[in-house]
Amino acid sequence: MHAKRQAHASVFAALGDATRLALVAKLCCGQPRSIAQLTKGSKLTRQAITKHLRVLERADIVHSVRTGRESRFELDPEPMEEIKKYLDLVSEQWDQALSRLKSFVEG
Amino acid sequence: MADRIEKRIELKAPVSRVWRALTDHREFGEWFRVQLEGPFVPGQISRGHITHPGYEHVKWEAVVQKMEPERLFSFTWHPYSVDPKIDYSQETPTLVEFRLERTATGTLLLLTESGFDKIPSERRAEAFRMNDGGWTEQMKNIQSYVAPKS
Repeated sequence: MHAKRQAHASVFAALGDATRLALVAKLCCGQPRSIAQLTKGSKLTRQAITKHLRVLERADIVHSVRTGRESRFELDPEPMEEIKKYLDLVSEQWDQALSRLKSFVEG
Repeated sequence: MADRIEKRIELKAPVSRVWRALTDHREFGEWFRVQLEGPFVPGQISRGHITHPGYEHVKWEAVVQKMEPERLFSFTWHPYSVDPKIDYSQETPTLVEFRLERTATGTLLLLTESGFDKIPSERRAEAFRMNDGGWTEQMKNIQSYVAPKS
């Protein structure tokens, strides 16, 4: 579970950035994209975009696939679903605790 | 999806009653299902162990932050730290805040747990270097993508 928690933290951190979130949004259509495609329309350089993609890659949010001379990036929705599950779990525990508190003070 | 959990619950009991249930360590222990070693004191570590059936091996440890009578009680801790082999103290804790508001019928309790986006300090600098946007706002964008699939 420790590895999982560390992974949660890195997913949260990786997504806590506007540029990376925009990259995730671009990849949401399911189509793998090249760095050139992902740089298009952005004020950032190809190099900066690549850096952001590497952060997402380390958090397993994107994977790169090599086609010929070019790397293409695709999105893996699983880590994001994992952190949602984790928060749901903590949330569920609070629901139970608060309902016990309610019985306790109202009883 | 967000970096925080927010709950609000209406309690048909006076603020003073709810305050006692939250901040008297024995009363807190009753409903939270934890046996605490001593009273809550701001700035001090609160220790004990969970009494919830099946989780008796789990230690409770939190650092009391604020106790503003009948208004705010807060502590930091490591949520869901159920594995005795793990030293959770190495991880950044989350902040739990209980806010109380008087209502016509009793008390409105607002619970917030925040800080899930924190990561171990050695990696934080790198990951947060370029973080200038509001986290919650950003997560809303992701939600629209993840939600239909889950």
